[in-house]
This record gives sequence, structure tokens and C-alpha cells, in this order.
Amino acid sequence: MRTRRTLHLLATSAAAGSLLVGCSGAGGSSGSDGGGKTINVLMVGNPQMEDIAKLTESTFTKDTGIKVKFTILPENELRDKVTQDVATQAGQYDVATIGAYEVPIWEKNGWLHELSSYADQDTAFDKGDLLKPIVTSLSGSDGKLYALPFYGESSMLMYNKDVMAAKGITVPEHPTWPQIADIAAKVDGAEPGMRGICLRGLAGWGELGATLTTVVNTYGGTWFTKDWKAEVDSPAFKKATNFYVDLVREHGQAGAAQSGFTECLNAMSQKKAAMWYDATSAAGSLEDAKTSKIAGHVGYAYAPTVETKSSGWLWSWAWAMPKTTKKADAASKFMLWASGKEYEKLVGEKLGWSRVPAGKRASTYALPEYSKAAGSFGDITLKSIEAADPANPGVQPRPTVGVQYVAIPEFQDLGTKVTQEISAAIAGKTTVDKALKDGQKLAEDVAETYQK
Amino acid sequence: MTTLTHPPRTASPPARPRRTAGDGKWRRRIPLLPALVFTVVVTQLPFVATLVISTFEWNILKPGNRHFVGLANFKFVFTDERLRTAVLNTVVLTASVVLISVLLGLGLAMLLDRRFAGRGLARTLLIAPFLVMPVAAALLWKHAIYNPDYGLLNGTLNAVYRLFGADNGPTVDWISSYPMPAVVVSLVWQWTPFMMLILLAGLQAQPGDVLEAARVDGASAMATFRHITLPHLRQYIELGILLGTIYVVQTFDAVYTITQGGPGSQTTNLPYEIYLTMFRKYEYGQAAAAGVVVVLGSIVIATFALRTIASLFREEVSR
Repeated sequence: MRTRRTLHLLATSAAAGSLLVGCSGAGGSSGSDGGGKTINVLMVGNPQMEDIAKLTESTFTKDTGIKVKFTILPENELRDKVTQDVATQAGQYDVATIGAYEVPIWEKNGWLHELSSYADQDTAFDKGDLLKPIVTSLSGSDGKLYALPFYGESSMLMYNKDVMAAKGITVPEHPTWPQIADIAAKVDGAEPGMRGICLRGLAGWGELGATLTTVVNTYGGTWFTKDWKAEVDSPAFKKATNFYVDLVREHGQAGAAQSGFTECLNAMSQKKAAMWYDATSAAGSLEDAKTSKIAGHVGYAYAPTVETKSSGWLWSWAWAMPKTTKKADAASKFMLWASGKEYEKLVGEKLGWSRVPAGKRASTYALPEYSKAAGSFGDITLKSIEAADPANPGVQPRPTVGVQYVAIPEFQDLGTKVTQEISAAIAGKTTVDKALKDGQKLAEDVAETYQK
Repeated sequence: MTTLTHPPRTASPPARPRRTAGDGKWRRRIPLLPALVFTVVVTQLPFVATLVISTFEWNILKPGNRHFVGLANFKFVFTDERLRTAVLNTVVLTASVVLISVLLGLGLAMLLDRRFAGRGLARTLLIAPFLVMPVAAALLWKHAIYNPDYGLLNGTLNAVYRLFGADNGPTVDWISSYPMPAVVVSLVWQWTPFMMLILLAGLQAQPGDVLEAARVDGASAMATFRHITLPHLRQYIELGILLGTIYVVQTFDAVYTITQGGPGSQTTNLPYEIYLTMFRKYEYGQAAAAGVVVVLGSIVIATFALRTIASLFREEVSR
């Protein structure tokens, strides 16, 4: 009996031992193939990233001898993977695309390499050319860059020009939300099956949460005050949310509670919606005659406002280098190349100018080829990005940076849960008041940890 | 027959022969040790790790803040309103999917139990939904069937309305208006074939002579079904319910794809809530604690399942 027990113990400890050995093996082996000649890059599966995966070998690798291994994942999976990899210091990747939301949080946690020193050394990179709001959103509290932008975007209103012309409506270049609600009512049903406007109703901090927060900002609301008081059930937040929910319920797309960016892109390009308020980067797809029925017939206006001067959001997919990397030099070379002017020209010449990863450099908009390809939306995109103020997007001071989000780790959870309730209100399953009352409780719990 | 060969029992048996016997046993077992170690590593250690993690406050987005909190996470699991809703949703979802698919499966099994031309083909076609990957099935339901713009349901509705001279039928937003039924129907579609297979096996194991005797005695089809077939099928039905329950409790794909747990948290079940805790909140401790509770619940169900299977075999043997 005793021998059996001993053996059991032995077996278990051997198993545990082998696990530990396995762990240290995995951790120790990364980077040992040395020389810095191969780097691992993890990135989100957007078209611009698929382009760079195609172009790297024949250009960057050929010139520098640095091989790049890409892992491409859809946005949600990317977030899960990159967060775990970086947070647990697994060190699998030398470069990862992260967004403006992650940079300030991760920088504070000490997970990211600062990149200003690399960018300053490289004169060809021309750091001064980068758009200021993008630089602000990717900088840490010490003012240094912690990620290099690959492309940037704001939000704007897109509309079907033919429908507006047929109804004799002129959409102002700087509309207000009440004006948009009026127009939505007039064009609702202009063509069979066409609704007045498409607005995201799908739960998620990056879906409904993004568009709604820009509306809340311009109605004078905020998630948190400067000294961390939760404001989700404040009159301004409530007014904005009621406006949004009523508009989408009365004149919004069918299946509103289930539609996010992709569904609205479909609805707009298939003439199921007359207007759409969303990311400026959507314009490229709307103008693509292969997939869009309204290519060439799209009008653009700035993000509608109420109390603020502008209300476009600000987002950027950017390259970051986890501190765990052992190939910082090779990784920085890749990042500087991918965010540089030469790469933009390369895409323009090889794949077409409309596919340039734009929205990060002032010089892009000075290129005659790009201005021609981006035609009607290029100017509004640039001006919207320049007008976005991530440090001060509303009418009152904020505790963190971020236009359409709050840059704290808890916001992914808070934003998701609150937008779930608001999405239910859009579906008619609950009221805005109830949704925001529950949201306020969640927000107060979060705020408590920051109040000091 | 062994009594004669047994050595006489003494108060203090000689130690030597016993030790050699033990050594021999272990010598024989040593080659199996790697397999044992492997099994322990892959089956038990992750659970032990989960148990350990469930006693920690651990949010990976806040490094340096990991500490032991005892049973606080379990307290959270049992008092959190969202988790309670999730438990309730899981029960509703599981119970309705399993019961409806057992009933439908029983009907289909009865039909397939008869001989008819093309029975093999019909059986293969009926099994097909069970072979479709869960994510693919969920996408199919979400887009091809429920979509208010181009989905089959509204398309059919509109076609019917047009038959009667109307311009267009109503645009029903199925997923938002009937979220739970939408998920349940798609899962029933997937699980009915499973139930059908089990019940068909049960029906085909039914002794023919008993049925013939019933017919000779002049029992009606209904009476035969109630008094002979159904009691015979009882254990197969129980098995179907229990196995189905174990799997449907873990449903993730359908909820994630079709409704994202919404609207609100009306279709958020436990696995989806745990997913949110893990990947939106990054609270590993809370997620682990919820996981442990689910495992314990599943063990209870599984125990019943195993008992049913055991009794099934006992009956087969005794027959």
C-alpha cells in the first residue's frame, strides 16, 4: 500500500516537473535562433494588412534580408491573442498591431518598447509628417511614441446622392444630429426596402459603443468626469442615447440590434439605407464598383454634431513592439518601413492608389495620385482626423484619452455590457432608462477603483 | 477449488513473498507509467490549475495585482446577477433544446423504423445536420434563414403575402424579436438527428416476437406504442436526454454567432458569460471559479448519464 502511494506521488510530481520544464523550454527558446533575421508579426486581418503580407517578401525582405512571418487573425481573436501574449510575457511575437485603445493602458503596464528613439534616428521616416491626433493617441504618458501608425481613421456621414437629389434634399457639409433625423424621416422608404439611415446597433464596445459614444460626446455627455464620477445615467448621456435609439428604431435598418460595421456596409452598398454614419475607412469599400451598387454616387459629410464643434472619432491600427522581443532592431526596421512614406507609394504603384493605408500622414493627401483616387472623401477624412481631439473630445475634461472609448482596462467589459443593454433597447426588449440605470451601477463599480 | 492450495494463514505472514509479489506487479506496470503520467497531465492538471486560479484575484490587464482571495470568486459567482441570469438561460436553453429534439427525434425514428424505398438516403439526409460544424450551422441560420433582409423566413413570408396580392409581407426581425427561440430552433435542428439515431437503435433492438404477439392479440397501434414500445425505449430516451444535456449545456457557437448573448443578456448562457469574463473582463479568477461551478454541475449530470448507460447494459445482459 505504501509503495503504491509513493509511486502515485512520484508520478504526479514527475508530471508537474515535466510541465515546468516544458514551460521554461518554451520561454527560453524564443529568440535563440538569433541573428535577428526572422521576426514574428501578429496582425489584424484587414485588407491593408493582407496587402502588406503580400508585398513584404519581394521588397522589405529582399532589401534587408530580414524574414517576416505573419500571423493574421480577425479583430476579436487578435485582441484575445495579443493581450494574452503580451500580458503573460509569453514573447511569441516581435511586432503586433494594436489600436489606439490599448497603447496608453499597455504603456502604463510597462509592456511596450518606446519607439520614439527609433523614429527620431530614421530621417527618411519623417516623424513630423504624422498627423498630430494620431501621434497623441499612440503616445504614452511620457510623450514618447509607443506604437507607429499603419493607418488612421475618423468617422463621417455617408449618403446616397441619387436619393437626396430625387427628394430635393441638400445634406449640409457640417450637419447636426437633429437635421440628420429630419432627413432620415424624409428619405425613409425612398426606394422599396430602403431605410432612412444605418447606425450600428450590435452590442460591443468597439461596435455600438464607438458610434454611440461620439453621439454622447456631442450631446454633452461623458462616461466619467475628470475626477472619476460615473455619468452613464446623467441627463446628457440619456438624451443622446434616447435620440440614437429612437432614430434607429424609427428610421434605421432592419435587424438593427444585430448590425455592426459589416452589416451597415452591406445595407448601404446594396441600397437598403440612404445614409450611414461610420468609419471614414468605409468609403474605400463603398466606392468599389465590384461590390457596391452605389459606387460613384456617394456623398460625404462631417460627423454630425450638437454641442461640440466636431464629433468624429479617432482610431488607428498601429505597430507595437512588446518588451519581450529579442530582435528589437529587426522589428523596428520593419515597423519604420511599414509606416513610412515609401511603403504608401509602393502600395499605390503596385496595388492601386485607393488601397494606400492612409489617414496617418499629411503628405499622403498632398500626393496627386492619391487625391485623385480618394476623390470626394479624402479631404473630409483628413480634416476629421485633424479635428479629433482624443484628450478632450466632449464639453468637459476627461480622466483619460479616447474619443469613442475610455482608455482603461475595464472599458472592454463595461462598454460591452452597457451596449448589450442598449442594443436590447434598440430591439425593444428593454427601455433606455433601465439600460442606463444598470449601466450606471457597472460604471460606478469601475469608477470606485480610480477614485482616490 | 482453491481452498486446498491456499497456504495456511498465520498470525504473522512471511514478509518476503509479499514484497516480491508487489515488486512483480510494479515491474509489470512500469511500462504503463508514461501513459499514466500523460493521462494525469492532460486530464487532471488543467483542472487542478483551474481550481488554484479560482482562488486568486487575477486580472491580466493589471499586472502585479495578483493575490490569493480564498473563496471570494465563488461568492461572486453565486451572487452576481448576470451569472444568475446566465444560469437561468442555460437551463431554459438546454431543457427546451433537449426535450424538443427528443420528441422530434422520436417521431423521425418511428418513421425511419418502417421499411420504405429510399430509406437509406432519407436516413443519411436526416443525419446531415448533426455533421455540420456548429459554427457553420450557426452562420447558416443567422444569415441564410433569420436575416430580415435576405433571409429565407422573411423571403417565404413575403412570397406568401404576394400570392394573396399584397405588395410585401411584414419585415420580421427574428433574432431581435425572438432571441431565445431563434437559438433554440437552430440547436434543435442540430440535435434532433442525434436523438433520432439513439432512438432508432432502441427501436431496432425491439424484439419482433413481442410486437407480433401484440398484433395477434388485437392491440391497436397506439396501445402497442404506449404499453410496449415506450417502456422499451425509456432507457434510450433517458440516455439521449442525459448525453444531450451534457453537450447542450456547453453550447457556445450558436449563442456567440447568432445573438452574441443579446439582446441585453437574454440569451447569454454560462459558457458565453465565462467567455466574456475571460476575454472582455480578463478576470481569470472569476472565470475559473465559474468554470469550476459548471464542471461540478456537469459531473452531477454525467453521473446520472453513466448510471443510465450502466443500467442499459445490465438489461442487455440480463435479457
